[in-house]
Amino acid sequence: MTALVARAAAEPPRRRIGLSGTAVAAGLILGAFALVPVAAQALGLPFLVVTATRMMIFGLAALSLDLVLGYGALVSFGHAAFIGIGAYAVGILDAHGVHDLGLQALAAVAACALFALVTGAISLRTRGVYFIMITLAFGQMAYFFMVSLSAYGGDDGLPLSRRSTLAGLPLLEGDLPLFYGVLAVLALSCLALHRVVGSRFGRVLRGTRDNAVRMRAIGFAPFPYRLTAYVAAGALAGLAGVLLANQAEFASPAYMSWQRSGELIVMVVLGGMGTLVGPIAGAAALIAVEEGLAHYSEHWRLGLGLLLVLVVLLTRGGLAGLAARLTGARP
Amino acid sequence: MSAPLLSVRHLRKAYGALKVTDDVGLDVAAGELHAIIGPNGAGKTTLIHQLSGSLPSDSGEVRLAGEDITGRSMVERVRRGLARSFQITSVLDGFSVLENAALAVQARAGSSFRFVRPAAREDALNEAAMAALARVGLADRAGRRAGSLSHGEKRQLEIAVALATDARLLLLDEPLAGTGPEESAILVGLMRDLKTTHTIVLIEHDMEAVFALADRMSVLVYGRVIASGDPAAVRADPEVRAAYLGEEEAA
Repeated sequence: MTALVARAAAEPPRRRIGLSGTAVAAGLILGAFALVPVAAQALGLPFLVVTATRMMIFGLAALSLDLVLGYGALVSFGHAAFIGIGAYAVGILDAHGVHDLGLQALAAVAACALFALVTGAISLRTRGVYFIMITLAFGQMAYFFMVSLSAYGGDDGLPLSRRSTLAGLPLLEGDLPLFYGVLAVLALSCLALHRVVGSRFGRVLRGTRDNAVRMRAIGFAPFPYRLTAYVAAGALAGLAGVLLANQAEFASPAYMSWQRSGELIVMVVLGGMGTLVGPIAGAAALIAVEEGLAHYSEHWRLGLGLLLVLVVLLTRGGLAGLAARLTGARP
Repeated sequence: MSAPLLSVRHLRKAYGALKVTDDVGLDVAAGELHAIIGPNGAGKTTLIHQLSGSLPSDSGEVRLAGEDITGRSMVERVRRGLARSFQITSVLDGFSVLENAALAVQARAGSSFRFVRPAAREDALNEAAMAALARVGLADRAGRRAGSLSHGEKRQLEIAVALATDARLLLLDEPLAGTGPEESAILVGLMRDLKTTHTIVLIEHDMEAVFALADRMSVLVYGRVIASGDPAAVRADPEVRAAYLGEEEAA
C-alpha cells in the first residue's frame, strides 16, 4: 500500500492520465515524418523526402544536445563538432575503402566519445559563460583542424565514393531507404533518451541542473554525471554526422562551424529545452522556415531572427511549451 | 565517557585580517542536541560550512566518530553520516516532494550510473523516502511539487532530505528562519522528536526554541567560542550575558 502511494507520488502528475503528453507528441511527430514519402508522391514533390531526411538528422543532433543543454543546463556551443567528426569518420573510412555502415558508425561513435571525454573533462571544470566559451573554442579547434587537413579535402570537403553499405549491400543508395533508416535511428534514440532521463542517472542529472549545491549536500558530486551526459550526447551527435554524410554523400568542415553549433542551440530552444520531442520539432521547424523563407527572399535570415524572437518571448518553453498549453497539459 | 561523535579542535578560517572562525573547539556527544548561538556576524554560518565541508578550513581538525574528516569534501562527509540543512531553503522546486527525498536515498543506495529502469518506480527508494517524509509530517504532501509547498513545509522537507541521507549527525542551519509561530511550533516539535534518534548541531536565532531543545550549547562571538556547557550554566555566564543575552534584554 505504502509502496503504491509512493510510486504514484513519484510519477510526474501527467502520467496518471494514461499516456504521457511526451509519448503522444513523439508519436505525432514521428508519425508525421513516416507519412512524408506518401505525401511527397501524392503532391509530386519528391524533394520533400530529402528535406525531411535532413530535418530528422538535425533533429537527432538537437535531441542529443538536449541531454546536456535541457537536462544538464550545460550550454555547449561546440556541439556541431561531433556532427563533423561523425561525418568525417564516414568520409575518411570511405576514402580508405571501408564502406560498412557498422564499422563507420563504430568509428564515429568512438571518436566522438573520446573527443567529448577529453574536451568535456576540461570544459566541465568551468560553468556559465566560461563553459560556453571553452566549448566554442574546442569546436573551432576541430573545425580548423579539418579545414587544414588537406589529405582529406581540407577546406573543400570530402566527397564520398558511395553511401555506406550494410553487410556489403548498397541498401542506403536510394533516398527512400535512407529516409526510413534515419527515421528508425531517430525513433530509437528518442526512446532511449526518454528512458535515460527518467532513470537514476537522469534524475541525478536533472538534480544537478536545478541545484548543484543541494546535490552535493546529499552526496552527489555533479562532475561524473555531467561528463557522462556530455560523452553520450557527443556520441549520439556523431551518429547524426554519419547519417548526414550519407545523405549529402559528402563530409564538409562547414558541418562543424560555430554557426552550426548555434543553430543546434536555436533548434533546442525553439522546440523546448528538456523535452526531447521539442528539439526534434525545433529542428524540423527551423529547416522548414529556412527553406521556405529562402524561397522568397535572400534576406531570409532576418525573418528567421524575428520568428525566433517571437517564439522565445511568447511561448515560454518553446514549441513544446506552446503545445502543452494549447492541449491543457502541464508544460 | 565515550568519545564524542563530532569533535572540533583549533578550527580557523580567516578572510584577510578578518578572523571569521578563531580557534574553535567543540565536542558533540552522540545523542545530544548541541546548539550554537551568537549574535549576527558571529561566524555561525561559516562554521557550519566548515563542518559540512562546503568551505575549506585554514587550519584545525574536524573528527567524526574518531575519523579525521578535515580534508574531506561535502560529498564524502555525507557518505560518512554527516548531513546538513540550509539556512536559505534549498530544495529542488521542480521535483516532487517524494523525489526530493528519494534522490537523497538514491545517493546511498547503490550506483546511480543506471540508465534504463525508471527511478520513480524503484519501490525501495520510494519507501525509504516516504519514511523520511512521514517522520517530518509531510507524507500527505509526497506527490506535490516541492516548489508549491509553504515556507514552513519546505523547511520540513529540508530536514526530511537530510534524514533520507541516513545521517547520524544533522547540522541544521537556522531551521526556523523566516517561519511564523505555527510553523515554528511544528519544527520545534519535530526537532524534539529527532533528538531521540539523531545527534544534532543546531544553529538558531530563536532563543526560546534553543533553550527548550538544547542539551548543551556553545556561544560564538566574533568567531570565538566564549562559553560552552549546559544551557543553565551558559545562561548564567557573565561573559555571555555581557556579549549576547544582555544585548537582547537591553533591546
